[in-house]
Amino acid sequence: MAPIDPLLTVNDVSEALSANSYLADEGLTTAIFLALALRRPLLLEGEAGVGKTEVAKVLSRWTGGELIRLQCYEGIDVSQAVYDWDYSRQLLHLRAAEASGEAQGVGTDVLEGQLYQERFLLKRALLRAISPVPGPPPVLLIDEIDRADDEFEAYLLEVLSDFQITVPELGVFRADRPPTVILTSNRTRDVHDALKRRCLYHWVEHPTFEREVDIVRLRVPHVSLMLSRQVAAAVETLRGLNLYKPPGVAETIDWATALGRLGLTELSESSVNATLGAVLKYREDVERVQQHGVADLVKQAFDRGLSHA
Amino acid sequence: MDSSPTDAESLATAFARVLRGLGLSVPIGCVLTFTEALGATGIHDRDSVYWASRATLVRRPEDIALFDRAFAVFWEHRHGTGDDSVTEEPLRIVIEMDDGEGDDDSSDDASAPSDDPTIQLRFSAAEVLRHKDFGAYSDDELRLAHTLMSRLRFVGPPRRSLRLTQSKRNQHRPDLRRTVRASLRAGGEPVRRYWREPGERMRRLVLLLDVSGSMEPYARALLRFVQAAVAGRQRVEAFAMGTRLTRVTKELASRDPDKALRLASNRVSDWSGGTRLGECLRRFNDEWGVRGMARGAIVVVLSDGWDRGDPQLLAEQMQRLQRITHDLVWVNPLKVTPGYAPLARGMAAALPYVDHFVEGHSVAAMEELARVISGVSSRTQEAQHA
Repeated sequence: MAPIDPLLTVNDVSEALSANSYLADEGLTTAIFLALALRRPLLLEGEAGVGKTEVAKVLSRWTGGELIRLQCYEGIDVSQAVYDWDYSRQLLHLRAAEASGEAQGVGTDVLEGQLYQERFLLKRALLRAISPVPGPPPVLLIDEIDRADDEFEAYLLEVLSDFQITVPELGVFRADRPPTVILTSNRTRDVHDALKRRCLYHWVEHPTFEREVDIVRLRVPHVSLMLSRQVAAAVETLRGLNLYKPPGVAETIDWATALGRLGLTELSESSVNATLGAVLKYREDVERVQQHGVADLVKQAFDRGLSHA
Repeated sequence: MDSSPTDAESLATAFARVLRGLGLSVPIGCVLTFTEALGATGIHDRDSVYWASRATLVRRPEDIALFDRAFAVFWEHRHGTGDDSVTEEPLRIVIEMDDGEGDDDSSDDASAPSDDPTIQLRFSAAEVLRHKDFGAYSDDELRLAHTLMSRLRFVGPPRRSLRLTQSKRNQHRPDLRRTVRASLRAGGEPVRRYWREPGERMRRLVLLLDVSGSMEPYARALLRFVQAAVAGRQRVEAFAMGTRLTRVTKELASRDPDKALRLASNRVSDWSGGTRLGECLRRFNDEWGVRGMARGAIVVVLSDGWDRGDPQLLAEQMQRLQRITHDLVWVNPLKVTPGYAPLARGMAAALPYVDHFVEGHSVAAMEELARVISGVSSRTQEAQHA
């Protein structure tokens, strides 16, 4: 299924996403639609665990394009993100040429020409993403861009502007069909404005209660509707408690899975206490919830779970 | 709908003008993208236009609230329904002079849901919203700032970078790229081998300046110091702490100190108001610090430690901060006072988590601070990473 159909609509995107087990709200759906329709990179920011990275995976499943992931970190450079030469093989090649006496026969220029050929080129994520492929264009996920250095961001800006990469020894690689690009950031620092300008931007929020129930139902189908609603309600309460790390959708799914695995069909004080580790990742947060009262939490979740059920 | 000009281009430019009028930065490239996006979504459905504009024109979550208001007004106006329901909620500003012991209620502070973003528009009783022009500086202070600027540039203890640089010594990390190049010159024989080693890079420096009323005599000079640091060195972040936390890095980054201070003073609206150190630190930790900004960084708090909030919260947040920083420095202008003991509740609560406790009342003290930042001896106990 080629995604860049000129007749693609926001609705198509919404349907395709849910067919691939991802329930997005209207804002995110529109942003993804625009990224596909305008062939622009999409920068997703938001709290950890709201499903930013998942967007790229879903797009890859939907379009059938290969998912190419570039995990950014401090100090990442061109040789890790774009390309490198396979120096060990180059050295072997040189030794072989020398041993066979070929090195004396031909000049240094010829020898050098032999070394810097595509077969000695190690393509890293960015170069792979713009190299022509037979199938649908790949989905390039540039994860946690805020961890990379400014210098790398500047380089990325260049790549995302023209979808071309120059390897000095070989020439220019250009994408015949640009990949779908998703960038994510946790906002540990501001991504440079120039890069943001190049991208579409969406701030991913925690889902609403009803949507979160739907997500749990979709992702953890074997737990009861009642439990799904109670878990979503409890998580909603937890997010309002000023925790160090408010639980994300990923934690909601983990929690529902854990409770389901324990064979429960509804929340109870003891099961919440036993499984709190699936949702809360700081000792201080666990203490705060216990101060707030686990019984209260369960009671609220019951009330919320029953409303409109 | 009937009277609307129904033209994506005019809609886009008109809305961009509205946003610029409100102070949002809207580069022309974004307007073009917005126009293009409208071509894909159409311009008649409110939600489509809203999301298309948000995806193309907004680039920071802080701007979303302002953007939403602007969009609501723009859309209503454009469709001439004249619906008054979208008028802005007026800002309620409570000005109240120091009410002494009145708000020493500490227990409820932590549990109040105070990080609701809208709460920023409702001010606590103790906050005095005064707008101060702190651009007027004496020549002495100006000279001080310049001295410090040169001192602060390129200082701070380095940390190992993942990036490898050329090395003279055998480091067990061969530099194959250069080795190949060299052996090519030697006709294929790797005669000379090259090595690489990890480079070094500067640690991030984070400055948190208390701008409350009690800091008034010092805050201007200290802000000057902060500005010098931001303008003179890479990887510096600056925040103002009053009743709320304000990031002023961008405002202070201008190399023209007067302009930088003016911009920062415009940004900080709770200048010389009350202090809620614990709450500000919590916001810093939640929104910036723990996410990465303070990890492995040198964090400098410039404050006299007078805090109206809950000392327990402050202690908790200081501990949290200390666990992720490389060094935590507290600069207290009152420290030099004869017979000074850290009796301010906030100071006493924070002190156990401070690696360096230094003075901050004079030029000499600021030079000392610059020295501390440059040569910070890293804490002796093993760094615990949260």
